[in-house]
Amino acid sequence: MVQKLEVLVESASQTAGPYVHIGLMPTYAGNAGAYAQEVGVSPIAEGAQGEIIEIVGSVFDGTGWALRDAMIESWQADAAGRYPGMDGADPAVSGLCRFAADAVTGEFTLRTVKPGATSARGGGTQAPHISLWIVARGINVGLQTRVYFEDEDNSTDPLLARIEQRPRVDTLIAKKTAPGKYRFDIRLQGAGETVFLDI
Amino acid sequence: MTDLGPLIPRNREAHPPALDPDYKTSVARSPNLPLLSMESSLSEETGPTFGHGLIGALDNNLILNWTKGAAPAVGERILMHGRVLDERGKPVPNTLVEIWQANAGGRYRHKKDTYFAPLDPNFGGCGRTLTDADGHYQFLTIRPGAYPWPNRGNDWRPMHIHVSVFGHSFGQRLITQMYFEGDPLIPRCPIANTIKDRARLDQLVAPLDMASSRPLDFLAYKFDIVLRGRRQTMFENKLEGM
Ligand SMILES: [Fe+3]
Repeated sequence: MVQKLEVLVESASQTAGPYVHIGLMPTYAGNAGAYAQEVGVSPIAEGAQGEIIEIVGSVFDGTGWALRDAMIESWQADAAGRYPGMDGADPAVSGLCRFAADAVTGEFTLRTVKPGATSARGGGTQAPHISLWIVARGINVGLQTRVYFEDEDNSTDPLLARIEQRPRVDTLIAKKTAPGKYRFDIRLQGAGETVFLDI
Repeated sequence: MTDLGPLIPRNREAHPPALDPDYKTSVARSPNLPLLSMESSLSEETGPTFGHGLIGALDNNLILNWTKGAAPAVGERILMHGRVLDERGKPVPNTLVEIWQANAGGRYRHKKDTYFAPLDPNFGGCGRTLTDADGHYQFLTIRPGAYPWPNRGNDWRPMHIHVSVFGHSFGQRLITQMYFEGDPLIPRCPIANTIKDRARLDQLVAPLDMASSRPLDFLAYKFDIVLRGRRQTMFENKLEGM
């Protein structure tokens, strides 16, 4: 027998199920007061530097129906491209937000500060973007994707450059609908399927 | 900030496939196209941190936290405990572990759960804690009931507790479920069986841990959680000219 590797296997993912909000967004589940302070209520505090933006969208299934039970987490850098914990990062940017599709309309809203460009591993820069992690009933492993912005220079972003079918790049780009407002829809499958990531 | 190296690529074989027809909801909610695989960047290697100030004194005690200590929840009292480790076997300290579950009758306190098992006025169904320096966490709770769900004609979820863990990197984010040793519903459950390899599913089944149970008070179940690790080697940063 060859030598034993001392490496463990990651615990298998299981769906978050329809009641994920009980644990992660108690107020949304109808259980306000379960915790004195909930996690990820806003990615920014008063005084965050940069442009305040609002991203609105829905998560559509393969039939074109907007999920009513999806929960999303976002993670991002501050306006200068520094992630929380990095030297000089904006103390008013916690970077994490939890938000859910509306139970009636299926629409979500993320209000945050527009992130700056961040450095890429091995040199170069990543265009401004927000990372998303999507869970819901029927999603066995949380889906990772990114929101880029149509009014930023995305031409040298290493991740976007890796997408072979160029029209699919568009699925990661939020469309400006008004000053400070963007639309970003997520399509789980079918025409216009969002590029999901394995990073 | 020290560069701890990229995340070890996710071993997708350890996870369920996105599409599993026996779990019907996955059919229209699973991507058809392959995921885009890349080496991790700052966006995945960084992650939120949580201070002890966030956590209330009863947050990890689901028997008492809904009533703020006024009255205990109904059910079989259990201690759920274990460690959060990474793929290298290193403890993951000070990371947020959140759980949620049905009550002893199998009913969730959620505006959309209409199962006719009654709500327990003394049970909310969520808890959270931070791991200690050795990666340990613990919750005091009640054993959740099994419950039926609309899928095939007569599908039941085994007793389970939903578990969410952050780790230190956004790319480590994981939600899973803890099952209970000996539950005959596990092999019949289409959600548990999205994990095709029985040994991998068994990793989510908590054994009864009599050594950690307290006589005349609670039984214990041990549940360790493994998150992705980092790939640091002395060759991590490519040398000039290589
Ligand atoms: Fe459940």
